[in-house]
Amino acid sequence: MKEMIGKASTKVKNTVERGAVKKFAEAVGDMHPIYLDEEVGKQSRFGQNIAPPTFARVFDYGVIEGLNLPNKGLIHGEQIYQYERPLLVGEDVYCYAKVSDYYEKAGAMGNMGFIVLENNGEDKDGNAVFTSKSIVILSEAYRKVQQV
Amino acid sequence: MTKIAELYVGDTLNDIQLDPVSRIDLIKYAGASGDFNPIHTIDEEAKKAGLPGIIAHGMWTMGNLAKLFTPFYEEGFIQEYAIRFRGMVFLNDVVTLKAELKERDGDVLKFDVLAVNQDEKPVLKGQVVYKVA
Repeated sequence: MKEMIGKASTKVKNTVERGAVKKFAEAVGDMHPIYLDEEVGKQSRFGQNIAPPTFARVFDYGVIEGLNLPNKGLIHGEQIYQYERPLLVGEDVYCYAKVSDYYEKAGAMGNMGFIVLENNGEDKDGNAVFTSKSIVILSEAYRKVQQV
Repeated sequence: MTKIAELYVGDTLNDIQLDPVSRIDLIKYAGASGDFNPIHTIDEEAKKAGLPGIIAHGMWTMGNLAKLFTPFYEEGFIQEYAIRFRGMVFLNDVVTLKAELKERDGDVLKFDVLAVNQDEKPVLKGQVVYKVA
C-alpha cells in the first residue's frame, strides 16, 4: 500500500447541480433557503445559492489507478474539509483524489492500516475551491481479506 | 438572533436535537450522497459485518451538524470543518448537535463541535473554523 502514496486520479469535471443540492440538503435536514431559494441566493453575499459544507461528498473524484479498496469493512476515522469559499450552485468544479499518506499501527483491531485520501476541487482556472482529507482505517481482518 | 461575530469565547450556539434516526433517513442519505455501503441500510449486511444492526453514515451526522452554522450565512462561511468519528449511531438513537466558541482570532472564530447520543456519549467530535468577512 505504501507504494500508492502520491498517486492521484485524473481530474473529473463536476457540476454543483441544483437538484443534487436540494436532495442533499433534505438528507441532512438542512433545508435552508440559502441552498434552495433562488431569490435568497441572488440577494445574498454570494450572489447565488450555495451548497452545504459537506456536499463535496457527492462529487466524482475519478479513479486512482491501482487503488482497489472495496468500501465493505472500511472504517471512516476522520474527515477534514478546508474551503476557500462555499460551493456555488451551478458552477463547475474539477475534482481529483490523491493518496497522501499510508501508515500502519497496532491497535484495538490488530495491525491496522491508515490511509489518508485527499479529495480536492478546483475552479476552471485551477484555483483550489476546497481540499479535503479522509482518514480511512483498514482493520487487520480487512487487510487479510483484501490482501493489502 | 445573535450574530456569530458577536459571540464571546465560551458562548454556545443553540443545540439541535435530531429526531430518532430512522431507516428512511439513511436510505435518503445513501441516495443523496452516493454512499451505498450496505451496512447503513441493510440489516443482514450490518450483521455480517459484526454490527448489531445498521449504523448511520458518519458523514450523515457530520452533514447534520453543519446546520448549526447555516443561519449565519450572511456573516461568513465555514472555512474548515474537521471531525473525528468517535462512536456509532444506531437506529432510533437521538443525536444532539452542539458547538462552543473556543477561540477568536480577528475574523476567524474557532468552535469545538460535538454530537452526542441519548446517553450523552460522543459520536463525533471536532472543530469548525468560521470565517467572518
